[in-house]
Amino acid sequence: MFKHFINLEWKSAFRDPNIGKSIGVKIFMGFLGLCLLLMFLGTGLSLYPALNKLFPDADPLLVVNNFIFYWILGDLMFRFFFQKLPVMSVMPLLTLPIKRHKIVNYVLGKSTLSFFNFLPLFIIIPFGITLIYKDYPVNSVLAWMLALIIYTQINNFLNFIIESFSSKTDLAFLPLTITSGVLYTLEYFGIISFSNILSNAFNAIYKNPILICVLIAILIVVYYINFRILRKKLFLDASLKNKVIEVNTSNLEWTKNFGDIAPFMQLDLKLIWRNKRSKSTVWMLLLGLCYGLFFYPQPTYIDKPWFFIFIGIFSTGIFLMNFGQFIPAWDSSYYKMLMSQNIKYERYLESKFMLMAMSVVIMFVLGVPYVYFGWKILLAHFAAAIYNIGVNTHVIMYGGSFNRKKINLDQKAAFNYQGTGAVQWLIGIPLMIIPAVIFGIFYAIFSFEIGCLVMGLIGVIGIIFHQKLMLFITKKYLESKYKMIDAFNQDN
Amino acid sequence: MITTSNLSKKYKDNKVLLIDALEIPKGQSFGLVGNNGAGKTTYFSLLLDLIQPTTGHIVNNEVQVNKSEDWKPFTSAFIDESFLIGYLTAEEYFYFIGELREQNKADVDKLVAQFEDFFHGEILGQKKYLRDLSKGNQKKAGIVAALIGNPEVIILDEPFANLDPTTQIRLKEIIKDLAEKQGTTVLISSHDLMHITDVCERIVVLEKGEIVKDLKTSEATLKELEVHFTGMDVL
Repeated sequence: MFKHFINLEWKSAFRDPNIGKSIGVKIFMGFLGLCLLLMFLGTGLSLYPALNKLFPDADPLLVVNNFIFYWILGDLMFRFFFQKLPVMSVMPLLTLPIKRHKIVNYVLGKSTLSFFNFLPLFIIIPFGITLIYKDYPVNSVLAWMLALIIYTQINNFLNFIIESFSSKTDLAFLPLTITSGVLYTLEYFGIISFSNILSNAFNAIYKNPILICVLIAILIVVYYINFRILRKKLFLDASLKNKVIEVNTSNLEWTKNFGDIAPFMQLDLKLIWRNKRSKSTVWMLLLGLCYGLFFYPQPTYIDKPWFFIFIGIFSTGIFLMNFGQFIPAWDSSYYKMLMSQNIKYERYLESKFMLMAMSVVIMFVLGVPYVYFGWKILLAHFAAAIYNIGVNTHVIMYGGSFNRKKINLDQKAAFNYQGTGAVQWLIGIPLMIIPAVIFGIFYAIFSFEIGCLVMGLIGVIGIIFHQKLMLFITKKYLESKYKMIDAFNQDN
Repeated sequence: MITTSNLSKKYKDNKVLLIDALEIPKGQSFGLVGNNGAGKTTYFSLLLDLIQPTTGHIVNNEVQVNKSEDWKPFTSAFIDESFLIGYLTAEEYFYFIGELREQNKADVDKLVAQFEDFFHGEILGQKKYLRDLSKGNQKKAGIVAALIGNPEVIILDEPFANLDPTTQIRLKEIIKDLAEKQGTTVLISSHDLMHITDVCERIVVLEKGEIVKDLKTSEATLKELEVHFTGMDVL
């Protein structure tokens, strides 16, 4: 039976209509994965000598055990954001004579082979071998290694349990972040020392390998809980069919002030607010707003004014970039309809422009308190905001005319690469780097103020030529109309 | 009203549509039948300028559709669910289409009110997004949206599929009414020979992209179509 499942998945992977198109993304991800593996391997090999150097009086193994708590917490966070629930299109299988528990066991079994479970091995195994080489008792070290490997699997299943409870909400990352934060705080202030508890546990396993049974028991329990959760989901009315939520309609009367782009603005606002994928662009606003706080309080950055413009572009333009990079793919699921309707394409794009420009203004205004760190920061943000409105909005919309990837609005956004192609990677260059370079040149030759002035002027020029630029961009979109319709028609 | 000349569509070497000449006069209810892959949806897509013809062109009310966009104000269509905006409620969708077609809310409300029986109380005031409606109800919303703004040409691809019997009967009345009383040109395609002979004054049979029959509907038409399609099976 499992042979059939594997066969099906193989076919679905290699007969994916997008296999050719998304190969770039895959190579990139593969490259990242390889880098991670090498980093882990390096850590694993150098861990023992490094610890010996850092803590000459302590047993490296005990030091590692002391840090296991942080490792587990970090691993869990990492998994939560990057590891996807094991999925398989089960709908067509439900009516076939296959026992449900087989499907569930297969899906869960598959997840144990995840990349994320192999990653820690690259630290655990080299470190373990070093220990054996250094004349630690072989049996104990093997038990310790096994214990960590089992713990990786426990984390694997624990993550799915957490996800299955939190994935229904928009702020899925909050519960885990808060829990980890609380655990960390308790630890930090020494109220409850989880790192001690865990390190004692692993020390105990090291001394008395039979205790590994406890971990195995935990593994069985989390597996069983997962089994129960997944099995319940294998009914049409559970998860396969979407839950219907009552909707609140709002008529967004205020958009009427924008005249004939009002219908599109209303549509865009509803699009953003009512779909999982697009809603994340709103939460990103928060990140953009706080972005400066990561840097400005640090004296390292406060002396480097050229850095301000970079943060300014990013912070005021975060919505512009997140939303803009998927124009017009946001509307991909009904693009055919739009194209057969009596719409003025220019109005359609103008609405997106207004939204992005408004977001830049709002982000700038909300960011005014940064003046606390110096008026130069405010000036840089102001210049960056004007540059964003005048130049980057147009650049990103022009980039959109090369967009050929459909987006499924209902999927969750974090680390979802659907709809991401070369355009999305390349567009970052003109958006972020060019302004930094322009500013850098004028800053180096003249002064900070002149640099800001030039940025602002370029932005103003962009705003003056807005109509002309829009005509040009609209033409580009119309030229690629048939290609877009065809591409958006293909299911991913 | 709609003149098709020398129209063909090829994908690589695969010819999917070849229509030398087809003239659809104003106010005609025009039916397109054919087996899967006969080219019905391709023809409608060409008519809506969603794909480019390999050769030839379609002229809709003196506007060549792949050259100018001026056919859009008087033409409307519902091809499939991708014409719906899933995250809107039915009312919001109607108002949106209404705004694109320069109809205010009152106009849209008035039009939609005529179809209350068609909706069976399952579309309006539901507080549900279109994506959460059943396939049949989605179709109903899409069809009614295509009627907003008094279009002169209405294109419906397989309007009867997925609808319940009551709605099918009501839809037939609506289509007949549009063509006969309001002078609207209605183009529909269907796999259901009975429905299409009921509704359409003229039926064209497509086979592998070409017109093989062009019939004015009479009492004998249904029989003739049935013979045609069973005959093909035998061959």
